[in-house]
Amino acid sequence: MTQPRLLAGLTGTGSLSLAQHRAVHGDVPRLDPAGQPSFLSELNASGLRGRGGAGFPAGIKAAAVAGRRRPTVIVNGSESEPMSYKDEVLLTRTPHLVIDGALLAAQAVGASEVLVAAAPDVLAVLGAALDEREQPERQAPEVRLCAKAPGYVAGEETALLAHLEGRPPLPRVKPPLPVERGLRGRPTLMYNAETVAQLALIARHGASWFRSEGTLDHPGTTLVTASGAVRAPGVYEVPLGTPLPQLVELAGGTVEPVRAMLIGGYFGAWIAETGHGVTLDEGALRQAGGGIGAGVVVALGISACPVAETARLAAWMCTESAGQCGPCVHGLASIADLVQRIADGRAEAGDRGRLTRWASMIQGRGACRHPDGVARMIASAASVFSHEFADHVRYGPCENCERPATLITPRREARAA
Amino acid sequence: MNKRIDVDPIGCTGHGLCAELFPERITLDDWGYPMIDPAGVPPELGEHALRAVRACPTVALRLLGATSSVAASANPLEPRPR
Repeated sequence: MTQPRLLAGLTGTGSLSLAQHRAVHGDVPRLDPAGQPSFLSELNASGLRGRGGAGFPAGIKAAAVAGRRRPTVIVNGSESEPMSYKDEVLLTRTPHLVIDGALLAAQAVGASEVLVAAAPDVLAVLGAALDEREQPERQAPEVRLCAKAPGYVAGEETALLAHLEGRPPLPRVKPPLPVERGLRGRPTLMYNAETVAQLALIARHGASWFRSEGTLDHPGTTLVTASGAVRAPGVYEVPLGTPLPQLVELAGGTVEPVRAMLIGGYFGAWIAETGHGVTLDEGALRQAGGGIGAGVVVALGISACPVAETARLAAWMCTESAGQCGPCVHGLASIADLVQRIADGRAEAGDRGRLTRWASMIQGRGACRHPDGVARMIASAASVFSHEFADHVRYGPCENCERPATLITPRREARAA
Repeated sequence: MNKRIDVDPIGCTGHGLCAELFPERITLDDWGYPMIDPAGVPPELGEHALRAVRACPTVALRLLGATSSVAASANPLEPRPR
């Protein structure tokens, strides 16, 4: 296995102190205004993409904000994806790496402050880490810690902006993009917590070092939260392009044969079995109907009922709609109800066709990507689990329907492996 | 160049007038919300499109200048912030 980068130096539990952090990663280069252009081009050359789910090139986002008037930088540690805790692990175990990245991002675009949004217990760790640092110099960006808002869509960037402005955490229509009009109208660069940590390493070691792992289009390593029917659930750092079966092995192998894996998050796609021939790479996953998303990998064992799991997932996603857009509100309710009918054996003729039709009907119809995620998850479930869906339509609930859910379980104790 | 109809999904409450007035490019989904044909609005249909835009009770429809999304964000109806 390759050397960890983000998770380097982590042993046991607890977070790396400032001294330990500096011993592992070295000093962070300070960016003066003259160094900004070269750092931005280095960031572009690195090919780093956002690690929050959308995978947008980090360099392009920064360039869109740099040079604009009074920009703001926000580190999004909301991590509202229920099966993901990689950002929590990163923020609590190596807080100084995230702080380094947050400060660098602010210096790179000329922002005078950085906001970090995360859960209160995570912010407590960050606060302690900030206290370890010397009194900031006058010119250094100020780091402000803000509690995130609860809710699945509250982590979406415009929803987080609304929350930080004191309004309900609801997504808005884009454009304008946050880089144009973000926090209180100011141009805002918002990065996921892992993205700024990667950025802090690129600032130290450069773009070609970053590219020495991963694939050409998706370079570097990424954090993955593995759960479900694996022996050692946890957060793992792997190069992008790692074959999915290899990732499963890294997570201790499987506790039982795996029927399918949910990749990306609740908005992700189901991939059959342990994904033979599929690599953890946006291109390969997209061919299989999915995407790397927030790095969530859930293995569904054969003892679980995929139809019942999909029904619960669809119902939960429906309740997590922000409730603003008609196609999402009504479409998700109809889809959740239909999957439940199929799971219960109450489906009528044409219901399976209706499910795929509705899934494609809601695609791209919301202010945010919430309906698109449900559409993707449902379409992949209907395809990967077509036999199980057909069996439930014909014979009703199976013996596994009543088993405890694999998905939508409380968070496990966060730990890095 | 073709214009493009754009619906604000938050503003839209599914009155459905647009689909009545401009069936050439707007149909309703199974829940009564408009689905816009991505083909765009050719000049000869421009008047119908404009009528649908003006009739929307929640002002959720817009007629955008060009088909490309880059040009769409430069739409005069929604000035870009400086």
